[in-house]
Amino acid sequence: MKQLFTNAQVLIPGAQAPQSVNVATDGDRIAHVSEAAPSKDQQAIDCQGALLAPGIIDLGVFAIDKPAFHYGGITRAALMPDQSPVLDLPAMIKHNASEGKPDLWSHPLAAATKGLNGAELAEIGLMKQAGARAVATGRNWVANSGIMLKLLHYCRSLDMPVIVHSEDSGLTAGAVATAGETATRLGLSSAPASAEALSIARDIALVRESGAHVHFRQVTTANGLDLIRAAKAEGLPVTCGITPAHLFLSDIAISDFRTFAKMSPPLRSEEDRQACLEAIEDGTIDVISSGHDPRGPEDKRLPFAEAESGMAGAETLLALSLNLVRDGLISLSRLFELLSATPAKILGVDAGQIAEGYEADLIVIDQDAPWQVDTRKMAASTGNTPFDKLPAQGRVRAIYKGGKAL
Amino acid sequence: MPPQSDGSIGLALMTIDQTGSPSTAGHQFPAGSDAFPHRHLLGIAGLQPWEILFLLKEAEQWVDLNRQSSKHTNRLDGLTVINAFFENSTRTLLSFEIAGKRMGADVVNMHAAQSSVKKGETLIDTAVTLNAMRADAIVIRHSSSGAVQLIAGKVDCPVLNAGDGSHEHPTQALLDALTIQRRKGDISGLTVTICGDVMHSRVARSNIYCLTTLGAKVRVCAPTSLLPAALDRMNVEAFSDFDKALDGADVVMMLRLQNERMNGDFIPSPREFHHLYGLTRARLALAKPDALVMHPGPMNRGIEISSDVADDLERSAITEQVEMGVAVRMACLDVLTRRSRNVEGWS
Repeated sequence: MKQLFTNAQVLIPGAQAPQSVNVATDGDRIAHVSEAAPSKDQQAIDCQGALLAPGIIDLGVFAIDKPAFHYGGITRAALMPDQSPVLDLPAMIKHNASEGKPDLWSHPLAAATKGLNGAELAEIGLMKQAGARAVATGRNWVANSGIMLKLLHYCRSLDMPVIVHSEDSGLTAGAVATAGETATRLGLSSAPASAEALSIARDIALVRESGAHVHFRQVTTANGLDLIRAAKAEGLPVTCGITPAHLFLSDIAISDFRTFAKMSPPLRSEEDRQACLEAIEDGTIDVISSGHDPRGPEDKRLPFAEAESGMAGAETLLALSLNLVRDGLISLSRLFELLSATPAKILGVDAGQIAEGYEADLIVIDQDAPWQVDTRKMAASTGNTPFDKLPAQGRVRAIYKGGKAL
Repeated sequence: MPPQSDGSIGLALMTIDQTGSPSTAGHQFPAGSDAFPHRHLLGIAGLQPWEILFLLKEAEQWVDLNRQSSKHTNRLDGLTVINAFFENSTRTLLSFEIAGKRMGADVVNMHAAQSSVKKGETLIDTAVTLNAMRADAIVIRHSSSGAVQLIAGKVDCPVLNAGDGSHEHPTQALLDALTIQRRKGDISGLTVTICGDVMHSRVARSNIYCLTTLGAKVRVCAPTSLLPAALDRMNVEAFSDFDKALDGADVVMMLRLQNERMNGDFIPSPREFHHLYGLTRARLALAKPDALVMHPGPMNRGIEISSDVADDLERSAITEQVEMGVAVRMACLDVLTRRSRNVEGWS
């Protein structure tokens, strides 16, 4: 089937602002981007002046949650290996890679170590053959530096990026918050924010040693971001990401023991939050993802220390990220590098850009549409969002996976 | 309704002036439930100074009653008070039980060891169960910070926090304030040194909130490994040198050091802790000559406090603290159940 998306403001690579062009698709691929009028064999789709953007590629989700992903304009999601059972065998990769198809593509991330135990390498090569496009250490840091170096060498030889969690577990053991006024007032066990910089510093040293591509999934502190900035200046193959929670909330959000604001890594100080915004502005941060982790009352309606971390972030990812554009930190086209193009590059998939030959994963966005986040009315399997009642702006009006309307 | 007056304590209690701001002149409190408008007692944080002083004033009458041979009032007749203790406790549980019984309430104790919590029931389900039994007040202790607040949101009756994790232990702070007030008069302006495991101590937190709210200068003292972050944001001065922290103090409050933190985890050994942070007679001499010694109990004699200091009736208020505990808890049970008992001005 051939389609032509017309009357759209299109985000195309290299252009700062959206362009008034038409996007032609052929089957599941983008055929061309031009001003050509529809031909007879094309089905025209009138976007009514809305923004046409590449589908979001959500790097590092904890559950495949189609309704939430569709609501949020997410066409591909990289699934964290922290599943039950852990994604540490080729068969599990194969099984999870097919989950969601055809309307959502899941890219399961191979567990770096068996059972994510941080001690023995998992069968990464076989998992690559089974479809894994990257390796991840899960919610944990690989504490043993010797194992970590072996992992990076091994992944370098397989040409697979390694997605890491950045918290020194010696410091964060038992901690449920960042050390600071809020944790002190609430009497919550806490770890200093420097736990992040410590782990990043080690992993950067090991990148220098091994040459492997390491993606720091969430970098949330000023010191951590400084290390990434310096490593990039040195030319090391490192990238890093963040979620909107750490861009728009500080640790004050856990006041009153709000378990919906319990995150891993925990929310940081306002100073660190500001540093994260600066790192978005100056390009240090490469990826924004949702960290989607729907958690029901059995995981969240508990005393703070006993509750699970994580938020249902898929459907608020786009609207919250658009705030960065409205606040003048980045351009729309840069935003979709963060949301789509760079995650696609890390995963090595021909998607995430509106360009000839790329997968026709497209979303039609009404940038201004107002709505309100409401935990009770979420598309996600559960509505554990710390952004409850927040007025939001920007909605996905239509979503196309491989050229097919969903 | 005329404001309640109280001249018996002889303290500068709070009054509300025309603009609604507190002043220390006079001996009056807002009328009726305005004196303590909260449904629960979950913590000291957020309480106004006159609300704290109101509870202390209310406790005075129970101190008097408790010293008589017949220690009983019918004020809470017919009410059911459940003491739900999810963490072991001897003295706090006993104190609440005695307080409830002296007020005439039917008091039931629920120990976690005997409860369905051990069978995997969630805290919320336990709370809903307690609520269905139509308790008129629930007293809760739990090992997790915030757990008591979580339960309070699920029940229809007042909840009293008897200690949640490292967060708060409000009745302990109130009984400490009452003890200090009776010995020293106005708390405002006093220098209080709190020494010990501040990081893990709910007693320290509640006392910091209570004493700073009442205008005391609060110092905390511990090795830095046992001090939480950002203490300066809580209006306290942090010390690691006990001698300096004691200099000129009016009150020295020692905290219990948990056994599991004594052997190499946070501090190298009990004897080293005693050497650096134990309250001895020689150290106490650095504080004011009439400085009051306090300890929430149970004490580790010879570790955080030496026996001769603990047992010095002139200086030590440790047994008095226990006595005030019953009176303060009686006052809290009374005040918090006034709405359900339809006390005039409180409905």
